[in-house]
This record gives sequence, structure tokens and C-alpha cells, in this order.
Amino acid sequence: MTITPLPVNPNPTAIENRPDAFGRFGQFGGKYVPETLMPALFELEEAYHHYAKDPDFQTELNGLLKDYVGRPNPLYFAERLTEHYARPDGTGPQIYLKREDLNHTGAHKINNALAQALLAKRMGKKRIIAETGAGQHGVATATVCARFGLECIIYMGVNDMERQSLNVFRMRLMGAIVTPVSSGTATLKDATSEAIRDWVTNVETTHYILGSVAGPHPYPMMVRDFHSIIGKETRGQCLEKWGGLPDIIMACVGGGSNAMGLFNEFINEKSVRIIGVEAAGFGVDTDKHAATLTKGRVGVLHGAMSYLLQDDDGQVIEPHSISAGLDYPGVGPEHSYLMEVGRAEYYAVTDKQALDAFQRLSRIEGIIPALETSHAIAYLETLCPQLEGSPTVVLNCSGRGDKDVLSVAKVLDVSGN
Amino acid sequence: MTSVSQRFQQLRDRAQCALIPFLTAGDPDLVTTAEALRVLDRSGADIIELGVPYSDPLADGPVIQAAATRALERGVKLNDVLAMLKEVIPTINAPIVLFTYYNPILNRGIDSFLQEISSIGVKGLVVPDLPLEESDGLLKPALTYGIEVILLVAPTSPAPRIVAIARQSQGFIYVVSTTGVTGMRTQISAKTKDLIQELRVVSDKPVAVGFGISQPEHARQVMEWGADGAIVGSAFVKRLSEGSPKEGLKSIEAFCRTLKAAITSD
Repeated sequence: MTITPLPVNPNPTAIENRPDAFGRFGQFGGKYVPETLMPALFELEEAYHHYAKDPDFQTELNGLLKDYVGRPNPLYFAERLTEHYARPDGTGPQIYLKREDLNHTGAHKINNALAQALLAKRMGKKRIIAETGAGQHGVATATVCARFGLECIIYMGVNDMERQSLNVFRMRLMGAIVTPVSSGTATLKDATSEAIRDWVTNVETTHYILGSVAGPHPYPMMVRDFHSIIGKETRGQCLEKWGGLPDIIMACVGGGSNAMGLFNEFINEKSVRIIGVEAAGFGVDTDKHAATLTKGRVGVLHGAMSYLLQDDDGQVIEPHSISAGLDYPGVGPEHSYLMEVGRAEYYAVTDKQALDAFQRLSRIEGIIPALETSHAIAYLETLCPQLEGSPTVVLNCSGRGDKDVLSVAKVLDVSGN
Repeated sequence: MTSVSQRFQQLRDRAQCALIPFLTAGDPDLVTTAEALRVLDRSGADIIELGVPYSDPLADGPVIQAAATRALERGVKLNDVLAMLKEVIPTINAPIVLFTYYNPILNRGIDSFLQEISSIGVKGLVVPDLPLEESDGLLKPALTYGIEVILLVAPTSPAPRIVAIARQSQGFIYVVSTTGVTGMRTQISAKTKDLIQELRVVSDKPVAVGFGISQPEHARQVMEWGADGAIVGSAFVKRLSEGSPKEGLKSIEAFCRTLKAAITSD
């Protein structure tokens, strides 16, 4: 009798069941935080699981997503962008934009901020803290705090406050206290560290609305789930428009929340190609980039194990991107997992390519995208010539570029345009 | 060489409370750190905790953050810290406990890290961002290298966690006296007393209190509450960083003696 050995599962976390009970996506994720925060993370996890199934919570959330955020937002056929990449015979990728930029506050960030604020309210926490890089998450958090009458403190690197002064003004206008962070590189990573320190100190009264699919469990799971409405709507809209699935979905990746929001719905649809685009700054072969998945190594930052930009000594490296929202040395653990198991592909585009894409979409479609989003758009230049036939491509237009026009104007003037 | 648990046992036998000063390695420079370790050793320190500078010290307040940033700006590397310790450890009595965030350990590889620190005579390890649930991967190999991994209990830890942490922690149990990051505070929360007493009921391991102890009265207070040790960090780091290295060393020597006197029964 032949005994067939049981197949060894190379991935302890089955792709269908992410994350496991410990918040692991394969080896990634987990909870690497000071003991002081552990009880709060358990409390949050419990509350999340409870309210995810609570009809009252879901009704309130869905009502606000519709009437306050403006969902569902359109899946827009970018006709002239499609023409731009069409081959002489008329075939070519059919490009659709998921218009998260049309949400209230101008980006996808509000999906998560709104849901977490509702959760905080039910948990009886009246003081909200958040970190922000580009300011979009800060604005979304300030917005929902104004809406629910919650105290709101936003940590923001002083360098980012300068790059995104308009968003600082918006947050303050809505009653938030914007606290400048000058430690380290004075950008998103340091703002996140400072927010975590605040949380360690005020954990009993405060909820931390983390703005990406990063941080300790349950954040990567919870933030993904709160954004997964992006992919759910997309699926329905694809069915409606062409009666099938998209062939390719793509999004920019800093921490990776807009990307996970779109990807999550399609992970188990093996025919759908999934592409994330990182920030290559001055280039991945320079020391000025934020291409964590392309150039990083496995490490631990801000409570999760994931790919990380670090030096030989395990010190976190200062990232660089023209886009404040992608200027982060870490990445959500689920992205590290999806890359490692080969389910998603990740590429990087430079500041220059993103700036070109920023202008291209503005001119061709009359849509000014956020600099973050511009990275995903820029990758179309590489991707489209490689594609055969006329596959459908859904790109997450995660944010609008109004916040970036001043800094882009400055850069373009310097370069003589 | 004496382990951390052995040192606590010796002190218990003499009914004494341990003084555990903390310094950030490489601030203002490693030569001064080496000298500071010797100064503390002969001025009443029973165990010394040495912080490895890290770029993103989540659990630290402004004083230790700034010290770590200065050390990194001077180019201090983990290898430099270990090379310095290799010279200093044979010349002092106090066991050395390294305080390091998890990423530098992971980056080196858990086994090679443990092997290296063990070979130069480090006796204990505190990893502030490695809670109980994630600690198995470090604790088990550490045992084979004779490194005691000290776990932390916080004011927010519920009773069942306190029991589990007390069971796993080696060397001693590190009681975080305040809901917050490291740094000097004007007083020690009364919650600390409850935590010490709770631990006494569930464990006979030594209990040392840190995060916020900055004055002799604080150290005396936690001793009176029944702690086996008082950990003083930011107050030492600040004193060593003020003025010239020579002045800093003088200042920490006097401070160390005052602290020790405050927790030495007459």
C-alpha cells in the first residue's frame, strides 16, 4: 500500500482566511506594541467583530456612506485615456477609474475614518487621535469628528504641514488640533510614532483612528474591511457595464489602504490580475525613494511585521516621495503577504513619472488626481504597451489633486516648464 | 558571571532593593558610556540597563528619544555598542540588561543576536515592543543562550495577562508605573502599589518598577510598596547629557549614590 504524504501547506494562513486569529498574514502582521496598548487592541478587536455584525451599526454606517460621503461613487470609463493607449488597429486596454476622488473630502480615506468614528462612539471613547501624511486622512478624521462632536488631535510632520498647508487649514477649520511633529524626519512615520505615544499615554479615553492598513492587529484587517466597499461597488459596476470581472485592477501603495480596499474583493478571483504601484522617488537605485516592497527587507515597524526600508543595522531609513501620502518606510502587512505568495504584483514609479501622469490625466480627462493616485496612473505607461487585446483595467482613482496643485506648480516652475 | 536573577537573590538575602539605572548607549559618545557604566557600577548600581539607540523608539518619551537620535547621528552602530560592552563587562560587577526594540534584533537574526550578546556577557534583554503574544520566538532560544528576557506589566494589563506575563518573564518582572512612555514624572501612580501586590500574590519572581521614577523619593516609595528594584532612566540620561561628559559623569555618580542611599535600609 502506498501512503501518500499529506501536502505541507507552505502558507500557514490560507489566502481565503486572512488574517488568522493572531492577526497574521503568513509571517506578516501581528502585534508588536508596548504592553500598555495590548488590552486596548483586544478591546478594539472585540468591538470590531461585534459591530461588524450589528445591524444598527451597519445601517447607520451605510446611511452615512450614502448621504454624507456620497457613495456609491462612479466607475468611470476614461474614454480619452483609453484612446491615448489604443493601438493603431483600435484595440487596447479599456481603462476605468473608480472615482474615490469624488467622495466627500476628496479621497477614499473617509470610508475608514467614518466607520472608526462610529466604532469609537459606541466604545464610549470621546477623544480621537490620528496621524496624517498628505493630510487626507487627517482631513477625513477631522471631518468625522466634527460630524460626531468628538475631540480631535491630528499628528502631522512639520515637513508635511508645509507641503500640505491647505489640508492643515482645512483640519483646523473643522475644529481639529493639528500637532506638529518635528522628531526624526518630520514626516508620516514620525507622526505615526507620535500618535502611538499619545495612545500609550491616553489609551483609556482615546481611540486611535489609524489611517492605513498598517499598524498592529486588528488595524490592517479592520481598515481593509472598512475600505472593501470600494471593491464591492466595483464588482457590481463591472457586472453592470460589461457583465464580468475586471481583467486587471490597480492602485497606488504607500501604506496601502486604497489598494486593499479595491483588491480585497478580487483576491479569490484568480483571473483578476492585481497590481500595486509604489513610490520610487528619485529612482529605486538611489537612496531617495519609498519603494518598500521593491527594495525593503522584512522588519517590524509601528506594531506590524512587514517589508520595511531599513539600513544594515535595522534602523528605519528616511523614505522619499514627492507624494506625502506615499512617503512611508513601511507597508501594510497584507501587501507583503500578497507579494510573497505571488497573488499581487508590485512596481514602482518615480516622482517624475508621477508628475507627468498628474498632468496627463488633467489634460486628457479633466480630472486632477492626487499625487499618490498619479503613481498608479503613471504605471499605465509601462503596463499598457505590454497588454494584448482589449482587457478591462480598473484603476483606483483614490484621491483628488486639489491639495497638490500648489506644490506641483512649485516643482514645475523650478524645472523650467 | 552573575545573572539577573542571581543578583536579585543576593539582594533579597540582604533584604535590599535593587537600583537599576538606565543609559542610552552612545550618548554623548561610547567612550563616555563605557566610563558611565563603570561609574554607576561603583556608585551603587546593582544591575544596569543599557538602551540600544533606535530610529523609532515608540515606548520612549522625549529625553530618551533625543538621546537615541543624537547617538544615531554620531553614527553609533549595534556592533560598536557590543564592542564597547565586551571591554567593559569584565571590569564591572553589575549584570548588564540590554534594552532594545525588536527590529534591530530581527535584522541581525534572533539566534546570531543572542549568541553575540551572550558571548560578551550580557545577562538580560528588555524588548519594549515585544508583548507576551509575540515573545515565544525570542524567549525560547534566549534560554539556551543564558539570556533572561524580561517582560513588562502595565497599569492597563488585566489580571489574567498579569498572571501569564509573570509566568513567562525571566530575571524579574518589569512593572511599568505609568500609562505612558518613558520619562520623568512628578509622582508615582498609586496603581503601581496595586500592581506590585497583585504580582506578589501570583509570583515569587522579583518585581522592579520603571517608567517615571526620577527622584530618590520615588525609588523609596516603590521600595516601601514592596518592589525588589527601582529602574531610573530619563533622569540619568538627562544628567549625563548636560554639560561636558566629565560634568555629566560627576552628576550621574552623585545621583546614583543619592538614589542608592534612599533605598538602603538603615
